[in-house]
Amino acid sequence: MLELNDIRTFYGPIEALKGITLKINQGEIVCLIGNNGAGKSTTLMAISGILKPKAGTISFIGSDISDMPPHSIVEMGISHVPEGRRIFPKLTVKENLEIGAYSRHRDHRLKARMIKAYDLFPVLKEREKQLGGTLSGGEQQMLAISRALMSDPKLLLLDEPSLGLAPIIVSRIFKAIQEINKEGVTILLVEQNAHAALNLSSRGYVLENGRIRMHGQGKDLLNSEEVKKAYLGE
Amino acid sequence: MFTQQLINGLTLGGVYALIALGYTMVYGILELINFAHGEIYMLGAYLGIIFLGFFTAIGLTSYSLPLALILTFILSVIFCSSYGFTIEKIAYKPLRNAPRLSPLISAIGVSIFLQNYVMLTQGATDKIFPHLFEKAGIELMGTRVTYTQIFIIAASAILMLSLNLFITKTRMGKAMRAVAQDKVMASLVGININTVISATFIIGSGLAAVAGLMVAAYYGLVNYSIGYIAGIKAFTAAVLGGIGSVPGAMFGGILLGLIESFSAAYISSEYKDAYAFIILIIILFIKPSGLFGKTQEEKV
Repeated sequence: MLELNDIRTFYGPIEALKGITLKINQGEIVCLIGNNGAGKSTTLMAISGILKPKAGTISFIGSDISDMPPHSIVEMGISHVPEGRRIFPKLTVKENLEIGAYSRHRDHRLKARMIKAYDLFPVLKEREKQLGGTLSGGEQQMLAISRALMSDPKLLLLDEPSLGLAPIIVSRIFKAIQEINKEGVTILLVEQNAHAALNLSSRGYVLENGRIRMHGQGKDLLNSEEVKKAYLGE
Repeated sequence: MFTQQLINGLTLGGVYALIALGYTMVYGILELINFAHGEIYMLGAYLGIIFLGFFTAIGLTSYSLPLALILTFILSVIFCSSYGFTIEKIAYKPLRNAPRLSPLISAIGVSIFLQNYVMLTQGATDKIFPHLFEKAGIELMGTRVTYTQIFIIAASAILMLSLNLFITKTRMGKAMRAVAQDKVMASLVGININTVISATFIIGSGLAAVAGLMVAAYYGLVNYSIGYIAGIKAFTAAVLGGIGSVPGAMFGGILLGLIESFSAAYISSEYKDAYAFIILIIILFIKPSGLFGKTQEEKV
């Protein structure tokens, strides 16, 4: 479904991604793990078109999206929940959801999708008229995921959805991710919480200094001595 | 005397508010002070004279004055909006990722260019805007209010209300607010940032065109440099209200108009232009982000 082929990106003179090659199949949950600065978020930014790769290609369902502007990539069916959630603080919860469907404004199933978002996280319905900036961290994460789903994506990119949240909220979010995946949305998950991420995923990639260090089945990586030592703290 | 000054102040304030909206909307989205905005207002006034002159020549004005006026308004707005759209594409868009000073210098360049362009093509002397209503008006609480004043106050109010509805209710309006709050996130939800920026310039320039036309009809005289002082005043109004805030620009514009007209009447008219700036300095001392502005959080 999504293929990255030898992607290289730069922040000024610094090479952030030094040739990333990865592949995600339809229906999978794939996770990217690695330390701070390994290039996980940068990889997602390159996929959604915010950072243009200097070299390499990104193809999605057979089309080359490397040179597409971000808004066209959303139209193609990729939705990105960025690090830090980035809720529009001065739009209401409802407006945040509506703006999530910006690229699908001719679609009549908008109302149905709004109801589905409220079903997934009922607390959002209660907060409907509140400004996004007034929500708690967990509620903001729920809103960010729901907003991303409003464009009816085929592939959902999730960047650190558990960051800074209480364990009970984290398990709520992870459960929702599984539900979303069961409905047919492919998921690429970036996580610091390697243990939880690998448990949830069918496959995983380990990033180190802008390169892919290893990849494999989620279970195999969980049992790998190297991963245990470096990322699971065992 | 009081009612008279109130009406004068509201007339002037409505015009300042319409121009200030263009400054504040562009600043809200691009963090750019569009110094060429005052010239769009000046172009609106000139285009009004040109179109009205043309309609008079072909006999439309004597056939139906309202029709001629409506057409003049529509055409001036279309022309000024095209100017605004083109200026952004030529002078600001290529500098989108440049240091902040570059687009500012570019804006000043556009402003100088437009002034000289109008001076060369239209001449350096004052142009007379045709007297349409003479001095006709109505009596209101013992003061005389001209039809032009009523028109300006009503038109400004209607335009501001419509703009508010547009920004709060429509898809493009919501997209504008989203882009002003977080450009990266806005593009991640599928908003084409360039379209939103163009729409902002088109709307701001259209409002300035209406302001220019109305002021030309109010004072009856137009010259190539009127955009400068009106631009500075409207910019002051936008800062007074809190630059980037739409209600702030509306409130700041009207407040500025009232301050000018009352202080000219009750204190002294010699320093008419100075009062606005005195008030600005006082308000910026007390609340540096302006009346409606949010205090910027320090980014670490």
